[in-house]
Amino acid sequence: MAVTVSIPTILRTHTGGEKTVPAAGATVAEVIDDLEANHGGLKARLVKDGALHRFVNVYVNDEDVRFAGGLEAKVADGDNVTILPAVAGGAR
Amino acid sequence: MLTIRRDLVDAMVAHARRDHPDEACGVLAGPEGTDRPERFIPMLNAARSPTFYEFDSADLLRLYREMDAADEVPVVIYHSHTATEAYPSRTDAKIAQEPFAHYVLISTRDQHEHELRSFRIVEGVVTEEPVEVVESYRFAHTGPDDVPEQ
Repeated sequence: MAVTVSIPTILRTHTGGEKTVPAAGATVAEVIDDLEANHGGLKARLVKDGALHRFVNVYVNDEDVRFAGGLEAKVADGDNVTILPAVAGGAR
Repeated sequence: MLTIRRDLVDAMVAHARRDHPDEACGVLAGPEGTDRPERFIPMLNAARSPTFYEFDSADLLRLYREMDAADEVPVVIYHSHTATEAYPSRTDAKIAQEPFAHYVLISTRDQHEHELRSFRIVEGVVTEEPVEVVESYRFAHTGPDDVPEQ
């Protein structure tokens, strides 16, 4: 499955400044592994202990994958995968 | 240094006051490459908490798509602290992931006098910066493509 992945500003150091890169895979986990093969260092920014980082959001088209199986969420040919850092914080 | 129009400061402070005692949060978007905040975008604090804020994930996606389509970036990311000073907490510093944004903190702990400060947060390192409030960007030399506000 060929997909297009949108890379957020903070991770573009891994993609030579590219905002979008092509990747392949049938699940989000496979797409991330494929990204890692071509843009080393990305996976560690997205995945921790076998799950998505709490403060990284990944969307397949319009859907946050947290509500669609997380790393096992399915992706289809032509899908857009968007990675966005959460905007969050707090007084403590 | 953050150079920012007074009406945008007023809008952020009003939002922070309105949502007090919960934390308020939002973005000031501006044209990419200008470092000039122009568009006030108050966001919903999905955590609805006096000690935590988080943009709702669907809202976040919509916001970034909208900014992308308009060649905008989040020049300012703001939130309020409702019982503590306007300084990034360890949580703020740890989670911050926009190295080119100005992180503006507004404290509403005093009901009359607010406190507003601005920071860069890069890889967890917090650096305070001066804030220059201007009436207009016209004479503020914020960039060669300065467009007087409408």
